Amino acid sequence: MTLAEQWVAFYTIVRKEIRRFLRIWMQTLLPPAITMSLYFVIFGALIGSRIGQMGGFSYMEFVVPGLIMMSVITNAYSNVVSSFFGAKFQRFVEEILVSPMSNNTVLWGFVIGGVARGLLVGLIVTMLSLFFTSLNIQHVGVTIAIVLMTSIMFSLAGFINAVFANNFDDVSIVPVFVLTPLTYLGGVFYSIDLLPDFWAGVSRLNPMLYIVNAFRYGVLGVSDVNVTTAFLMVGGFTLAAYAYCMYLLSSGTRLRQ
Amino acid sequence: MAIALQIKGLRKVYDNGFEALKGIDLEVKEGDFFALLGPNGAGKSTTIGIVSSLVKKTAGDVHVFGHSIQTDLAAAKRQIGVVPQEFNFSNFESVWDIVVNQAGYYGLSRAIAGERAEKYLKKLGLWDKRDVASRMLSGGMKRRLMIARALIHEPRLLILDEPTAGVDIELRRSMWEFLTEINRSGTTIILTTHYLEEAESLCRHIAIIDGGNIVENTSMKALLKQLQKEVFILDTRDTISPDLAIEGFDTRYLDEHMFELVLNKGSSLNDVFSALAQQNMVITSMRNKANRLEELFVSLLAAK
Repeated sequence: MTLAEQWVAFYTIVRKEIRRFLRIWMQTLLPPAITMSLYFVIFGALIGSRIGQMGGFSYMEFVVPGLIMMSVITNAYSNVVSSFFGAKFQRFVEEILVSPMSNNTVLWGFVIGGVARGLLVGLIVTMLSLFFTSLNIQHVGVTIAIVLMTSIMFSLAGFINAVFANNFDDVSIVPVFVLTPLTYLGGVFYSIDLLPDFWAGVSRLNPMLYIVNAFRYGVLGVSDVNVTTAFLMVGGFTLAAYAYCMYLLSSGTRLRQ
Repeated sequence: MAIALQIKGLRKVYDNGFEALKGIDLEVKEGDFFALLGPNGAGKSTTIGIVSSLVKKTAGDVHVFGHSIQTDLAAAKRQIGVVPQEFNFSNFESVWDIVVNQAGYYGLSRAIAGERAEKYLKKLGLWDKRDVASRMLSGGMKRRLMIARALIHEPRLLILDEPTAGVDIELRRSMWEFLTEINRSGTTIILTTHYLEEAESLCRHIAIIDGGNIVENTSMKALLKQLQKEVFILDTRDTISPDLAIEGFDTRYLDEHMFELVLNKGSSLNDVFSALAQQNMVITSMRNKANRLEELFVSLLAAK
């Protein structure tokens, strides 16, 4: 296929993916909006007012970047894992597998679909947060770069999950039992400076800590970790996930008998 | 004439150790209407799966219009349209979206995709259903949708894996007409089916696969010539006796207006009618007891 034809194929997948999550907006866009609004009300407005300051900011200001990032991560991941697994489950992934599209086109089509949903939900959550606090983004470039890289990374991870999933339980295991706990323990609600040394050290093994703090640095200008390290870590994971996805597609693992 | 599909030494062993194909060779010429027959589990779908790249081969070569699926897969895929045995489209998408998106996967612009979608959906009687979610279609419509989808990039080789399974007679016949038209326009067609009269009436060449081996590969005419005998059912105007006998032919009384006659290879129907005329018997109708290809198919598999 020529480059122009690959572009058409890529655009077709992206368009289909975006239309899919917009069509089922009650399942894809509404729940994170409601959940995050509850977080803002309970942790920010009600409990937050008693907690006082965290890292030099009101508690509400402190938790908002983490909650935005949490919604971006879970939605980018969920979009790709549910869409690609659905295609496998109903076997219409064969439409793609018999076509002459390159593996890169297939992969990036799904990934950009996940990125689109992650960013859209992130935007919705950001707008909702403005009802509770004001946001003055300190480093626009850092904010945009980390949110883009993170959504790409988790879209790729969602793709890997979808390839190996055998049933719908396998699709929800990682978001429920891995992503959410790691995000909660990744400094969304607290600064690791508050933790004893041992637990602060353990927290530094959690990649979510770097992602959340890099985003917080972009928005508030403060971070518990080195932002360059965070970018290197996200970049490294993204490259590794991309390479593995390409291997899965070219070898046909779990896709071709 | 170019070779549409060339298969050499194709072998497939599944992860569970089952050897589905044991090194088959097959050649389909451009423009042919080719039947690939065999009992369930013979290896038909595995062969089609490998050609369409849904199944990984263990050994052997496959070329589609000269393009190797090993070294030039994208070019090979471009030549092929596949209609699988089982429905494999999104239940939630409309007929239009399914067909147009498939065109997009082949790099066709939306303008061209739209034109072709209209053409094929109209030809296959799905135009009125274009905005309907695919899950709302009847079984026959779903089959036609898969044919429209397979044709949207106008492949040179169309592979149909039991396209008329579960389709009513009227629809089946209209699909035969459509496929004949497609074949006349130059598309090479490979068909697998359990309806042997379908293969006999549509296909010019035939291969029979069983247990992962090709047991017959010839023209339909040559295969039918192998038939040693044919059994006919004859209806008579007048009542016949249970001890009816026609010299030189085996007969069997079925009821007072119907009997069975075995016509061996080399015998002539003229001799039958002469003998019947001598007995003042008037035949009102006559038909094959079983499809000729079916008889051959059964005998070939039994001979194995």
